Formats: sequence, C-alpha cells, structure tokens
Amino acid sequence: MRFELPSLPGGSAGLRAELRAFLAEAGRDWTPAVRARSWMGFDREFSRELGARGWIGMVWPKAYGGHERSGLERVVVLEELLAVGAPVGAHWIGDRQSGPLILRRGTEEQRRKILPGIASGKLAFCIGLSEPEAGSDLAALRTKAERVPGGWKLNGRKIWTTNAHLSDWMIALVRTSPAPEGGSRHAGLSQLLVDLRLSGISIRPIRDLLGEESFNEVTFDDVLLPEDALLGEEGAGWAQATEELALERSGPERYLSSLPALTLGLDALRDVPGADVAVGRMVARLNTLRGMSLSVAGMLEAGEAPAQEAALVKDAGNDFEQRLPEQIRALLEPEDMPEDLRALLADLTQLAPTFSLRGGTREILRGIIARELGLR
Amino acid sequence: MRAIILEQVDRLLAAQSGAPALRRLEAGEWPEELWEALEGLGLPLLLVPEELGGIGLGWADAAAVWLVIGRYAAPAPVAECMLANGLAAAAGIEPRGGFSSFGQTAPFGRFAAQLLLEAGAGRLALHAPGAATPGQNIAREPRDAMTPGALLAEGALPNSHGPRALRLGHALLRAALIAGAVEHALALAVDWANTRKQFGRALAKFQAIQQQLAVVASEAAAVSVAVSAAARAVDARGLEGAWFEIACAKVVAGEAAQTTAATIHQVFAAIGITEDHELHNTTRRLWSWRDEGGSERAWAGEIGRNTLAQGGAALWPDITARDIP
Repeated sequence: MRFELPSLPGGSAGLRAELRAFLAEAGRDWTPAVRARSWMGFDREFSRELGARGWIGMVWPKAYGGHERSGLERVVVLEELLAVGAPVGAHWIGDRQSGPLILRRGTEEQRRKILPGIASGKLAFCIGLSEPEAGSDLAALRTKAERVPGGWKLNGRKIWTTNAHLSDWMIALVRTSPAPEGGSRHAGLSQLLVDLRLSGISIRPIRDLLGEESFNEVTFDDVLLPEDALLGEEGAGWAQATEELALERSGPERYLSSLPALTLGLDALRDVPGADVAVGRMVARLNTLRGMSLSVAGMLEAGEAPAQEAALVKDAGNDFEQRLPEQIRALLEPEDMPEDLRALLADLTQLAPTFSLRGGTREILRGIIARELGLR
Repeated sequence: MRAIILEQVDRLLAAQSGAPALRRLEAGEWPEELWEALEGLGLPLLLVPEELGGIGLGWADAAAVWLVIGRYAAPAPVAECMLANGLAAAAGIEPRGGFSSFGQTAPFGRFAAQLLLEAGAGRLALHAPGAATPGQNIAREPRDAMTPGALLAEGALPNSHGPRALRLGHALLRAALIAGAVEHALALAVDWANTRKQFGRALAKFQAIQQQLAVVASEAAAVSVAVSAAARAVDARGLEGAWFEIACAKVVAGEAAQTTAATIHQVFAAIGITEDHELHNTTRRLWSWRDEGGSERAWAGEIGRNTLAQGGAALWPDITARDIP
C-alpha cells in the first residue's frame, strides 16, 4: 500500500473561506441533532442550495451539469461541510459514488438524463447492496433481474438502505444470470439504475434505536425496468461495485463524523486536568487521518483505484470517530457539560455503532487489508 | 536524487546490518566499516547545503532515508549525525568530519568527534565532545551523559527553525525511525504468519491473526503519512514552523510503537522473546525511540494546550490553515 500526500490546489484557501461564510449563515439554526447526523441527515432544500452554488458534481464535465473543478477542490468542500456537521445526505451518495459511476460506466443518454439532476441537488440516490441474506457476504445476494421484452423484470429485496424512503433512484447490484456451477459467485452480477417511483416497489422504513426512520427495506415485486436500466456492462457488476467502494470508503466522512463533538467539547475541557494530553492525542490522530484520506483523494484524482488504501483509511477513521465521543465523556462529567454538548454526545453515542458497519464492517475491511499484506 | 540515495542506503544496510552487527553495536563497538561506507555515500552531509560541501537535500529526503534506516534497526547512528550536521550548517557552522552527536544525553556520545548543543536564543554551539559518562536506552544503544569540551564554533539558526530546533529535529528523526521499524516488524510478522503452522494450517489463515496484523498495517500507514507531512512542513516552514506536524508525528509514532510491539510479539509468541530471534532488535528500539525526542505524552500535551487555548471554533480552521500549497 502506498500513501503519498498530494498538494492542495491553489485557491483552496479562498474556496474554504467561501464555504465557511456560507455555512455560518446556513447553519445558524442547526441543532446538535442535525449536526450529529451530518451526512445521514436529509435536507433537500440545503442540497439544492449547495447545487446552485456549484458544490455538487464539482469535478464532472459541464455538459452534464458539473463544474470541471479538481477532485481535491471537491475534498475541500466535503471537509468544510462535514466539519460543521452539515445535513448533506440528500446529495451525498449521488455526488460521491452514483454520479461518478454513471459518468464512468453509463451511456451518454444515462449521463444526460441523470447527472444534471444530481449536480443541482434535485436527485437523491441510495445504495442497493445489502440484502436480508447478504450482509458482509455481499456476493450471496439473491435479488435478480431477468431479461423480458423491452427491458428487465426485477424481483427481490434490499435492506438497510439509508434514506431509500426519501430518495429518487437506487443503483442496485443484482443477479442477471446464475453463478456458473463451481465458478465464482462474482460472475453474473450487474448494476441496475432503479427509478424508485416505479410500480412494484415498496419501501418500508425500519425504525432504528433512536426511534427514527432512517434505513429501509426495499422490496421489488415484478418491477419492470426499461432496457437502459442496465448500468455499465452486464455481468461486470461485482467489479463495478468494488470500484465504487474505493470512492465510498476513503472520504473525509470516514473520520469526521464526530468532529462537532470535539469542536464543542474543547471549550468545556479548557480547565479539566489532564485534558491537554488527551486532546493532543485526538488532534494528532485527526490531523494524520486527514493526511491519509487526502493521500487517497490524490490517488483517485490521478486516476488510480486505491481500493485497499481506501479500506485502510475507513477502518482507521471509523476507529477515531467512534472513540471520540467516549474520550470526551472520559474527561467530563455529564453534569459539567453544556447542554448542546450533552445532546450531541447523546446522539453520537447511539449513532457511533453504525460508523464501523456502514460501507463495510470493520472485520471485512481488516480482511481486505490482511489480504493486501499477503495473509490468507 | 532521493530515489538513488534511498536505493543505495537500502542496499548497503541490507548487506551490513542484521543481528550480529546490532549485537556488536549494543556491546559498545563502533561500526567502523559500515560508517565508512555511509560516509562514502555522503549521508552525514545529506542535509548540509552544497556550498558547505554537503549534498543539499531537504528534510523530506532526510526523513525518507531515516525511515529506511529504521527498517534496519539503525545499525549505525548516521541519522543522528545527519541531524547534527544539518542543523549546524543551518546555523552557519561549517561541518567537520567524523561522527557528530547532539544533546546533553548524546546518542553514541562516547564516539563523537564533536557535539552540537543548544546555546539559547536560537543559537547552536559546536563543542569538542569532552567527557562521556556511558549510559544506554532499552535497546542498549549508547546514550551518554556529556560534559562538553572546548567550544569549536557557534552560530544562530534562522528564525524559522526557532530556539528548540534540536528537540524538534530529534522528534522528527525518532518518528521517522519508528516508521521504518514498524514496517519491518510488520513484514517479519507477515512472513512468520505465512510460515508457522498450528492446528494444521498457517497462522495467516486465522482471522484472529489477520485482524490484528491489519491494525498494525494501519498504524504503519499512519506513522509514515504523519512523518512525511511533518518533513514536508519543515521544508516549507522550518522546524518551529512545523512544530505541530512534528508533534503529531511523534505522538502517532509513539502510539504506533506500542501497538506494534505488543501485537507483533503476540503473533510470534514465545520464539519472539528469545535472544536468538531478531524481533527484539526492532521492538526494543520501538520502546526506546518513543521515549526519545519527547514522548507522546509530552508532545500531545503541547498540542492539547495549544488547541485548548485557541478554543473549539479555531480547531478546524487552524488545521486546514497549515496546508502546504
């Protein structure tokens, strides 16, 4: 594995300043609950506002609604949004992975039809990977699409789909032909673009431990998809999904989920004995994780596919963002916390278990790292 | 240039390092032959500008070389000499031949031809070594208490390096050596896990082993990124200008040293704690080097006090303001 720090493009300081000025205003009324959810939070109006300012689909060609900025400028925008816990979930998936996948693998028609909608913050995407019988063992998925005259007939079930009930589209990984006898289960899988308004689709929110509806079960019952629902190559779904995961796993959202707690916590920790060393350790890790994440961003920008490096950054980042609320709690008694910090920590504590589950569990990521090391 | 030197150092150390060489070093023997070869590569003068007869490379280059030296458990104190000569030159002191050490508790001080010391207010003083009271660290590397001899030369560092340049440079040096040592310990363990069989299969087949080594790989990546970020910051802003990045690197290196030594010993089990096995040559250095140039506790304390004083609203802006364009 290789990590090399990229140089941030000139003008990124100005871009940061622009974002900060905007966010200070836009985020005036964000409660601790909003900031704790950040990229899980769904706020279409806010996403449209970002789209109007050119902060979604930043690197895509202008012909598809993009802005032809560099990938590292995009990272600057992501960092600033996450650092304040902005509710960016309505466009996050589309901007991060669905859009880039369509740009890379989609037909000209698919690009023109969908990308401008993502870039303007109007189209929301969700990720159709997990199924009831296929969690970490993704290749065990059973949802299948058969060719029928004029397109595809889709049957099966996806689960744990964050914000599916609020989204417009799903990119689903499904079986389009049986796995060859004795061959790889990775064969015969394809990615399909699924318009969630089609008939035969039912989306059932699953209430989570916070008492909220954020993830869903999505059932496909003889859903008829048009011919052009196929994204990329038939049978290449596994490779395409793996490629998508390199985009999904290395971004700043993999270590910044709890940052607002540290930002708020610092002011309460000022006179706490021993807080200096604990805070210094956290900040040293934060700064280092940022360097690791930027390294992968630089590789992606250079056209590489750093799947293993991305897995490593996600694993290390999740560990940091998961422990951060606990470390603050270890330094401060609940009754000594200001109300907004206590509220933020309460939510983060309940959200934190998901950090090392979503986008690939800790165990799966470490397995990927181990294989890269030459173990197994 | 950097790639050529790295390859040369790697080849030289691969040939002249190893357990017997380290054992002689720890017994108090000076590695004469290796030292001559290292001098032949010009390594002691790597950070010294060309106009003073050096190679004139920067801190990022030096850190990359230190990392390679760390992989071989530093069979000669050439990293220390590079730092001393580089800083002396930065203070306008012309480099002299032989081994240069630094500090009151000097690495391999008994062998020093000259000793670099902080002289207050951003000045450095080069002394004759004077008397050395022998001491050693956990790795049994000489760490000698020095009574400096005659003053040979004195000079002022540029402001960008600041009044504690030696301490900062030392922290970066140790972090870089640790980065290399962590990589080496991991490589040893991967090799062992693929060879050693228990319950009828290689250790590498056990998820419990895979998961633990993955964590070490993550730490190896973290230290190496932190070190290169710090070295790059020194090239851009001088040692004092890079204090934050250096402090981060030393904290992460110290934490990684602990995790790595503990995990790799667990993977090797009993064989790894025998004198005959080479693992301890690396792990004893990890335990030593994390304490030198400021412990993770010391540097984290400084980062923390600074962060707390600036307040929450400044945390993210301060971190991003340090980006190097």
